[in-house]
Amino acid sequence: MLCQECGKRPATLHFTKIVNGEKNEFHICETCAREKGEMIPGTSGGFSIHSLLSGLLDFETAGKGTASSVKAPQSLRCEECGMTYSQFSKIGRFGCSSCYKYFGDRLDPLFKRVHGNTVHVGKVPKRSGGRIQLKRKIDDLKLELQQRIQQEEFEEAAQLRDQIRTLEKEMAGQ
Amino acid sequence: MPNLRFTEKALSEWMLGTGSDSDIVISSRVRIARNLQHLPFPLLATRQQSEEVLNLLAKVPEDQDNKSLGTFYTIELDEIEPIDKKVLVEKHLISPSLANESQNGAVMISEDESISIMINEEDHLRIQCLYPGFQVREAWEKATSIDDLFEAEVDYAFDDKRGYLTSCPTNVGTGLRASVMMHLPALVMTQQINRILSAVSQVGLTVRGIYGEGSEAVGNLFQISNQITLGQSENEIIDNLHSVVLQIIEHEKNARTRLMNDSRLRITDRIKRSYGILSYAEVMDSKEAGQRLSDVRLGVDLGIVEGPSIPVMNELNVMTQPGFLQKKFGHDMNSEERDIYRARLIRETLAKA
Repeated sequence: MLCQECGKRPATLHFTKIVNGEKNEFHICETCAREKGEMIPGTSGGFSIHSLLSGLLDFETAGKGTASSVKAPQSLRCEECGMTYSQFSKIGRFGCSSCYKYFGDRLDPLFKRVHGNTVHVGKVPKRSGGRIQLKRKIDDLKLELQQRIQQEEFEEAAQLRDQIRTLEKEMAGQ
Repeated sequence: MPNLRFTEKALSEWMLGTGSDSDIVISSRVRIARNLQHLPFPLLATRQQSEEVLNLLAKVPEDQDNKSLGTFYTIELDEIEPIDKKVLVEKHLISPSLANESQNGAVMISEDESISIMINEEDHLRIQCLYPGFQVREAWEKATSIDDLFEAEVDYAFDDKRGYLTSCPTNVGTGLRASVMMHLPALVMTQQINRILSAVSQVGLTVRGIYGEGSEAVGNLFQISNQITLGQSENEIIDNLHSVVLQIIEHEKNARTRLMNDSRLRITDRIKRSYGILSYAEVMDSKEAGQRLSDVRLGVDLGIVEGPSIPVMNELNVMTQPGFLQKKFGHDMNSEERDIYRARLIRETLAKA
């Protein structure tokens, strides 16, 4: 097969592009691909993780743009660094840590798609993360409390209850 | 004066050790991404802000209480030559993006080069531990202990719900990327590799070739790493990678045994041919070098080739990269010249081994 661009060299790159459900096949040679700046995986300036991500984000805007419960994404803006949601969806990177706060739950579908999850369960900083460590501990104790009650081990349950109260007080004090 | 000791030798000191399963696993790497509170990510930081980040972070390993970490050498990327940057990238001590795109970018490298701490890369701070062989757990232990030292002195950007906040949404949560570099010639020769790699990608891990263009693996080297950073704990991520790598090791071992049982003559011939060509060739392009070095490494593992050790083979993998060749011979060269110098370097190294 000859390259569909120049018609001279043999086509060595074959790829299928699907944009908004519209399918296009390309058969081109490497030289033309480079000239056109088309994506050759692994070459610089071509396809990157960020452009892939922004694809996901655009999809998200297109699919959910009309939902009434959320602010229109175009007007979403991080008040800290000034990055808008639409800028973020183009470059696929946040401008500062506050972007996470300002874009809030709108990020859930993106995280869901990239990680399959939306909530962190791993390491917590010792100093600044004291609160969340407490919260996790309380959650664990509450779970244990339920189990004790089900097994009718009320003495242990009472101890757990007191422990939870102390921790909750500690957390409220912080 | 920037410290240039790290670009003189191809082999980091840590690479002289071998670690477990070093016949199949070349190295294990863990990288943790962290950012400081109240400062924009490097993407949007002004020169002044990125300088502030550099000043805040660079002093942490210097701190008296942190001397247990050993000595670190700080290199500011603006102060070194492009060729030295290239060599640091080829040795995996810094990332290409730190080398080429950073503002006030710096790296702190430990004496044995197993730890490198990058500042003002895509994130403010990236802690990397690189160990020989299959030691992904050990690398994680080390990296997290260094993380604790930083956390004691600076305020990280952390959110109860999202975890450690990073510039790229693919790193948020744990900020952890753990990866293992594997040499899988038998799985490639027996054409099982694609099946295994696609299975790997279904359990939240990614695979890519090393040094090659895109996904093509030059020298049968593959890097397996976790893709998910949010919603799994660090231990889950490490355990998951660990158990998958263990299974791949098993498959590669079986494939090697089968190859030696079924086609011993053909394999031995192939390995010795490659050894012969590397020992005498005058011109060697990088692709051929990658393949032949892979053959010889397999020969060393199987006891068919005596002489070069595994560290020598590791050294050759780095030394035959374009940046290192130019550094070693002291001048710019085009690709034809490089092929000649590459062949010479391999000949001389194997003759000494």
